[in-house]
Amino acid sequence: MIRAVIVMNTQGKPRLLKFYEFQPPEKQHELTRSVFAVLSGRPDNVSNFVEADAIFGPGTRLVYKHLATLYFVFVFDSCENELAMLDLIQVLVETLDRCFKNVCELDIVFNFNKMHTILDEIIFGGQVLETSSERVLKAVEEISRLEKSSSSVSFVPKSVSGRFGR
Amino acid sequence: MAATSSAPSLVDTLFQRSLDDLIRSLRSSSSSSVLEAAAITRALDEIRREIRSPDLDTKAVALQKLTYLASLHHLDMSWAAFHALELLPSPSLPHPRVAYLAASLSFHPSSTDLLPLATHQLRKHLAPSPANTPALVAPALHVLALASSADLACHLAPDLLPILSGQSSNPLRPKAIATALRALAVCPDAAPVLFKPLVDCLSLSSEPSAVSAAVSAFCELALAAPDPSPYLPLAPEFYRLLVDSRNNWVLIKVLKIFARLAPLERRLAVRILDPVCQLLRRSPAKSVVFECIRTVLSSLSDHDSAVRLAVDKIKEFLASDDDPNLRYLGLQALAMLGPAYLWAVDESREVVIRSLNDTDTNIRHQALCLIMGMLRESNVVEICNLLIKYAMKSDPDFANEILDAVLATCGRNVYELIVDFDWYVSLLGEMARNPHCAKGDEIERQLVDIGLRVRDARPELVRVARDLLIDPALLGNPFLCRVLSAAAWVSGEYVESSRNLLELVEALLQPRTNLLSLLVRAVYIQAVFKVVTFSFIFFIKQIQAFDTKSSADRNAAFENENDVATADKAVIFDSIDNNETFKHESLSHLLDFVETTVGPLSECDNVEIQERARNVLGLIHIIRETQYWDIVAEHELTRDKKISEIVELMEAAFSEELGPVSTNAQKRVTVPEDLILNENLSDLAEVLGDIDVTPCTSISFSLRCHHPTETKEDSAPVIEASSLLAEHRKRHGLYYLPTEKDEVESNDYPLANEPLLAVSHVDDAKDIVKLTAQSFIPRKEKPMKPRPVVIRLDEGDGDSSSGLTMVKEFKDDLLSGAIRNVLLGNESKPSSSCDMSSDRTSRRGETDASNNNELFSQPKESNALDGREHRKSSSRKSRHHTRHKEKNGSLGNEDIEETSHRHSTRSSRHQGRHKHRERGDAPPDVVSQEPVIQDFLL
Repeated sequence: MIRAVIVMNTQGKPRLLKFYEFQPPEKQHELTRSVFAVLSGRPDNVSNFVEADAIFGPGTRLVYKHLATLYFVFVFDSCENELAMLDLIQVLVETLDRCFKNVCELDIVFNFNKMHTILDEIIFGGQVLETSSERVLKAVEEISRLEKSSSSVSFVPKSVSGRFGR
Repeated sequence: MAATSSAPSLVDTLFQRSLDDLIRSLRSSSSSSVLEAAAITRALDEIRREIRSPDLDTKAVALQKLTYLASLHHLDMSWAAFHALELLPSPSLPHPRVAYLAASLSFHPSSTDLLPLATHQLRKHLAPSPANTPALVAPALHVLALASSADLACHLAPDLLPILSGQSSNPLRPKAIATALRALAVCPDAAPVLFKPLVDCLSLSSEPSAVSAAVSAFCELALAAPDPSPYLPLAPEFYRLLVDSRNNWVLIKVLKIFARLAPLERRLAVRILDPVCQLLRRSPAKSVVFECIRTVLSSLSDHDSAVRLAVDKIKEFLASDDDPNLRYLGLQALAMLGPAYLWAVDESREVVIRSLNDTDTNIRHQALCLIMGMLRESNVVEICNLLIKYAMKSDPDFANEILDAVLATCGRNVYELIVDFDWYVSLLGEMARNPHCAKGDEIERQLVDIGLRVRDARPELVRVARDLLIDPALLGNPFLCRVLSAAAWVSGEYVESSRNLLELVEALLQPRTNLLSLLVRAVYIQAVFKVVTFSFIFFIKQIQAFDTKSSADRNAAFENENDVATADKAVIFDSIDNNETFKHESLSHLLDFVETTVGPLSECDNVEIQERARNVLGLIHIIRETQYWDIVAEHELTRDKKISEIVELMEAAFSEELGPVSTNAQKRVTVPEDLILNENLSDLAEVLGDIDVTPCTSISFSLRCHHPTETKEDSAPVIEASSLLAEHRKRHGLYYLPTEKDEVESNDYPLANEPLLAVSHVDDAKDIVKLTAQSFIPRKEKPMKPRPVVIRLDEGDGDSSSGLTMVKEFKDDLLSGAIRNVLLGNESKPSSSCDMSSDRTSRRGETDASNNNELFSQPKESNALDGREHRKSSSRKSRHHTRHKEKNGSLGNEDIEETSHRHSTRSSRHQGRHKHRERGDAPPDVVSQEPVIQDFLL
């Protein structure tokens, strides 16, 4: 299964963290830092795999992609195929690109919830469920449509008017 | 008001900062960590107020902000768990979604005691209803998958069923499958409920996404299970997918499952061989090809043609110059090949060696591992020389990685790879000279170890040690300290192999040695001591030799003497000072030099150094004291009896050779018959229980201070104590130090090295002597053998910790057992297995189950093989007493084969249950009566 998805910038600031096995906050901090320490030491044009036994426990591996100012990192175990994981990073990035129209770091910074929604459509509970960015996009759009209709119609005005009415 | 009260004010609600506002404020303060921390604290205060708001919108935004901070700024948000739950029942979609996201990111499966409160709400959201859109159910499932405890998983497992086995077009189905997998992992008891629907998801009628999710789930389960045999009955489904599926994700997972299942069942391996090879040849996706390679190498390595094909593909990977990923994976695949396929590694040798130069550390590391795997007696010299030269110019990290690998591989199993120890010893010297060398400890160990074990390597060892010692540049390197310590020890211990004693002493006492650590200096001085002793003994012996052989020609006499000398010393006698004899003046010079240099050290603060320096000085003093030392006529010296006494003493002190000690030496000492090691020491309390004072003090009191005055003072207790003590001593004499005299008289402690002690353990000592003799004798030197003798003691390292793994396996087995019950239908849940078989029957439209007559007895030729295989596998399999005749069917009649297989699966299930019932009266030799594994694929 996939153990973790980490998106961080080249300064080591995390932009999206998802651990599919519970990690307490301090541990998350430590893990991201050690991942960054490993990645920042690697030059460009080298392989995208890192043995992650020392960081995430025996049998784990890490695949990453360095795009613009961001590192996309997937941590996984022996149930996943290395090259397939590399493809999956591509799927994620492609989806983001289509969703945000030329995605950049800022989009990821300001769309915390949407990032999670997108990621949850692709990877769910550590399992890869969807690899077509088109279908992911459709599902995400449907969710935002529902969210919008639900909140604008029913809720916000009522509560505000309720406040003023007092 | 707003600032102080804990309840949120209207202002808070109206002018609440949104998540975007928070992010903006954090970004504007991100220039310094202090500012940022302040901004976070302020935001947290705000959130703490807002989250208590009765207004759900305010609460939701506050929770969202908190989730953001917790996730990306690593704050603890467990205190807000209840507030998250408060948002769940909200009719507005964003609220429960925010709450579920917070829960899935922060809830701990075992520590969140609030989660049971959410059970009802989760159940409501999972229920099939038009209001529960996928946008609501998906995050609910995710919380269940990521944060549920065993209890919650068991409770809610039935609620997954409507989604799992409902409409096949349900977009939530894959998510429910993934959730079911996690639920099974935390709660194996849920297997009877969840497993059947999971199996159904594999069927042809399922949506491709559901099939993919189900295969992933089974891959996870099969790979995690300690014994994957319960998944064997699903093999036909997986086989169908392997042959039919065009989805690379599914193929990869199926290949992984087969890699795990194939070793269990030889016929399965044969069956999948063809499709796997087809994929290997045809698949355009590198990921699938790599997975095929892995499957072939790990599970089908008996099939040469497949391995050959896989190796060809690996070569393609290795040759892809533009993609470091493929090269890396290629090397890794080579490393997967067992020792039986060394030819494959050898064929790619050039690429592997070239990879040492790669810019990628991964690739270099992998290449190094592979090269180490290729080392043989025949090529070790060539390759290691190459590597050590390469290490000289590579970067520090990799240089040390190389040194580490070479040291580990060459030192493995008592240097089994090394034939030419002279070469290896000089290689060790070369390694120490690597500018980045940080492996001093291991080099030290090996230098000393080889000295102890390999007699023939000693002259070269001493030469290498000399070269190291003499180089003043090495003294400043803190990493080499240990190596130099070993070098000093070696040259002191094997000083007879040294060519120039004066030079050696000068090297050991050079001024820069003050850069060394104190302990290493102590070793240096001890080495000086040994050198001085040796030169003195050697000098005197030389004179004695001349005296006994009063020949005219001095040199000739000297030569003759050589023949009499022991084999060891023979080399040395003519080697010192280039065949010149050792003169009185040179010895005096040596002594003078040592005296002046070591002198100041006798006042060193460090006791180790001080003590040894004084030893050296004392020795020189004794030599100088002798009566005839200063006279010119050398032969007069031998007249002095004192000198020969000193020589004898010195020789005796250093003559015994130090040897390696077996780690099992202690174990092999037989326990004396009267020694009961397991006796409980609690008896001591019984004996001493009446006395008020602690036993320890009473003993020491009576033993040490038995003065008449004191006995008078309080004689009664002492007498009582000593009588008790005497009694105790009688019973537990073996715990006491042996004393010859009556204990009343023994006023003082026994001396540390009291010979009496040795006498009492004389038996043990004898045993040890015998022991060492035994272990040395059979390995005596054979001059004909090219490889020098390496003393090697029996170092079997005890039993492995099998107990621990057993415990773990047992735990994991819970799930396997549950699944076995569901799939194979035995024991507790006969109803579910009945359901399943009938379900299968109807689904596949098979006609009847009366095809038992199709079952054939096992062909004789494969009896032996299968029987053997079977003994290894679990006894449970012995229930399958049926087996299909092997059909050498081509791909064409697969359909028929599969159909007949299903019969066999089903019928075997019936038989299995039947068998189970019979088991009660069946004798335990069921297993031995030619068990048959049912062939799941044929």
